[in-house]
Amino acid sequence: MSAIVLNEVDPKKRRTLVIGGCALGAVAGATVAVPFVGSMFPSERAKAAGAAVEVPIDKLEPGQLLTVEYRGAPHWVIKRTPEMVAQLAKNDALLADPASAGSKQPASAKNVARSIKPEIFVVKGVCTHLGCSPTYRKEIAPADLGADWPGGFFCPCHQSKFDMAGRVFKGMPAPTNLEITAYRFEGDNTIVIDADAKGA
Amino acid sequence: MSNTIKQPIEPPIAGPAGKLIVWVDQRFPLMSLWNEHLAQYYAPKNFNFWYYFGSLAMLVLVMQIVTGIFLTMNYKPDAKTAFASVEYIMRDVSFGWLIRYMHSTGASMFFLVVYLHMMRGLMYGSYRKPRELLWIFGCMIYLALMAEAFFGYLLPWGQMSYWGAQVIINLFAAVPIIGEDLAIWIRGDFNIGDATLNRFFAFHVIALPLVLLGLVAAHIMALHEVGSNNPDGVEIKKDLDPKTGTPRDGIPFHPYYTVKDIVGVVVFLAIFSAIVFFAPEMGGYFLEKPNFEQADPLQTPAHIAPVWYFTPFYAMLRAVPSFMGSQFWGVAVMGAATLILFVLPWLDRGKVRSIRYRGPLYKRFLASFVVSFLILGYLGVVPTTVWGQIPHTIPVIGGVDTATIVSRILTAVYFAFFLLMPWYTKKDIPNEKPEPTRVTH
Amino acid sequence: MKTTNRSFLTALCVSLGLYSVGPALAAGGGDVHLDSANINLRDEGSLQRGAKAFITNCLNCHSAQFMRWGHLTQIGLTEDQIKANLMFNPDAKFSDYMTVSLDTKDAQAWLGKMPPDLTLVARVRGSDWLYTYLRSYYVDPASPSGWNNEVFPNVGMPHVLHDLQGSMTKAVVGEKESHGKKEPVTKLVMERKGSMTTQEYDMYVRDLVNYMTFMGEPARIKRTQIGVVVMLFLALAFFAALVVKREYWKDVK
Repeated sequence: MSAIVLNEVDPKKRRTLVIGGCALGAVAGATVAVPFVGSMFPSERAKAAGAAVEVPIDKLEPGQLLTVEYRGAPHWVIKRTPEMVAQLAKNDALLADPASAGSKQPASAKNVARSIKPEIFVVKGVCTHLGCSPTYRKEIAPADLGADWPGGFFCPCHQSKFDMAGRVFKGMPAPTNLEITAYRFEGDNTIVIDADAKGA
Repeated sequence: MSNTIKQPIEPPIAGPAGKLIVWVDQRFPLMSLWNEHLAQYYAPKNFNFWYYFGSLAMLVLVMQIVTGIFLTMNYKPDAKTAFASVEYIMRDVSFGWLIRYMHSTGASMFFLVVYLHMMRGLMYGSYRKPRELLWIFGCMIYLALMAEAFFGYLLPWGQMSYWGAQVIINLFAAVPIIGEDLAIWIRGDFNIGDATLNRFFAFHVIALPLVLLGLVAAHIMALHEVGSNNPDGVEIKKDLDPKTGTPRDGIPFHPYYTVKDIVGVVVFLAIFSAIVFFAPEMGGYFLEKPNFEQADPLQTPAHIAPVWYFTPFYAMLRAVPSFMGSQFWGVAVMGAATLILFVLPWLDRGKVRSIRYRGPLYKRFLASFVVSFLILGYLGVVPTTVWGQIPHTIPVIGGVDTATIVSRILTAVYFAFFLLMPWYTKKDIPNEKPEPTRVTH
Repeated sequence: MKTTNRSFLTALCVSLGLYSVGPALAAGGGDVHLDSANINLRDEGSLQRGAKAFITNCLNCHSAQFMRWGHLTQIGLTEDQIKANLMFNPDAKFSDYMTVSLDTKDAQAWLGKMPPDLTLVARVRGSDWLYTYLRSYYVDPASPSGWNNEVFPNVGMPHVLHDLQGSMTKAVVGEKESHGKKEPVTKLVMERKGSMTTQEYDMYVRDLVNYMTFMGEPARIKRTQIGVVVMLFLALAFFAALVVKREYWKDVK
């Protein structure tokens, strides 16, 4: 006689119990996974270090670009000249998304100049293609960028072109305009970059 | 030949999952592995409490590996930042405290489970023929685990980490002739420093885990080759059911022992969680208080001791006085205390395996062995002055602390268990009870 | 055999019982009686008063270098409250660690050594020790600082809180027999009153120690809360596992 005698087995009951047990185990497994997966999100320190950044802009010269690090990414603050601002309205024919309909920006910057104040341009300096940082090419029609270059940004990695409001040209690898992180003015001379700002 | 494919098996379950199993099985020995190690691995039906600790050791190993991986994501093996990175994990990483406490508690629980698992082997003679290699792989796991724990203990870079490692590495300096150079080579510097921490990190997170996994695989393969022992020490393979050809006292590991081990796992997790959530320091045994102070090479804490799982051997080390101007003898005794486990299968001359049928001598020796190991463990935690001094009228060599003298006696008891085993197990044979032919309970 | 069993079990229990006192003996403590700090980590008012006391009295010389100002939001304070009431250094940022401006070299010149970091002191010493220690200073002309402490003999730090507590001296109040020798029994007596009554000062120190205990392990409250849920789940899982096991083991004869 073997040690196992299968004459009292109720397969239905057994099935129910096993499914119930497995379900409980699955709940436990999923719950245990939460802290482990959660530990890989930015820590409290990373969040604190990613708090709002204040940028004084009183010393900014017309045409000058100031790079600020915010959450590890370059952010540009540019004081555009009146000529640069005037040029923006004439670029539409070159652009893939002139009205920034499919691009990321706070509501306050969803306009032709893509900024709260037309002359002050704040943008995340990261190409929307694969994350390189474009170079600032404010000169008009340089030899390498062609006669119709209106001034803007050129990405060295895959040659995406953007105008002075970070709007992408037609037929470029980059799918959308440069992203604009939420910011606000504190007085006339200070900008606060703060992606978590309410209403942004 | 290269284009032939294995005959398909019957799908074990209905539906597409069953078809997938058949597909995989034609390309990978899925069902034969499943059957060999679980569904048709016949284990004695009379496993008791002591038989939970093998699967629990596997569970703790997995937990240590998983929590270790997640700790590594935020830990910095750098003497300047290691301590701060641990506090960063405790404070700023989401649930970092939980992962760290699981790892620190897991370290101690690993040893607790392994000690109980080894105790089971001693009680029921699980090391005896034909399980000698199984036992030896187990001893190697134990040694690798001690090394793993020792390397890991330096990583938090607290006072106990630092000074504990200092003391243990200096043991190697006691080795004759090459000792000094050996200690410097281990440290990679003239004192414990950044280089030591870095290499200990490498050993702790990759080298020894690989060794451990390999040894565990060998341990399980050896077990499934010879089959499990049981509390009666009876060989179930000797008594096969003529109809099925399977042991009459054996039951398939799956589902019977999987469902039983899950009960053990839940109980274990309850104890484990109670410690992690309500007493992670475990009164200073699992996380020692001085280790909440950053390592300071210029100041030794008032009292240092290894973590509890090393203290029996540490007490033996301290019990041996230096002799002929060398402290090597203590180190040798400590090393011998662990290595002597390896020869155990050849020291035992009894006819029966299990303590149930052993004679009184063996039981007495085993009981004394267990008690001495426990008291040695305690004496390794506390200062040698704990029990005061013996009266001056009693002449002894090398030390007057009562605790030191007691440690020496207990060390002798520890070794007597092994060294006298050929004698007392043989002398016990007439008093052994007859081993049954079938398992009882 | 019965007696062997019994003596083995007794020996086993005695040897296991030894472990209950190990770490206390190892820490070298046990000779001074410690008062219970009786703290409550859920009392946010106490934690906030303690934080203020810590920052006002301790953080001038002792750092809390693993603690960020932002961590204080865990004791019920808002960012604005912390900035306005607790961060005295205008250059400090909210994301900064609670470090100290004292330079190591200056500290060595003025104080003999850098005062230890206090982030984890409650885990090293224990809450009761801190509570008793901060209430056990007495005037000792023989000590370089003019102060000594019952719990921490020859402590380097003077009694920073003496304005609040007042100053005590050690007075002989009797004699006791010990190992056949007569030893004086001493007691600390208040010599000059401080600005607080004894009860007020004890409460002040209790709040401070409460905060320092929180600072040693900010996750502690969360830990025990989650722990209760985990234990309840495991109790349920135990019964579920037991039912499954019993169902299958019906087959085993």
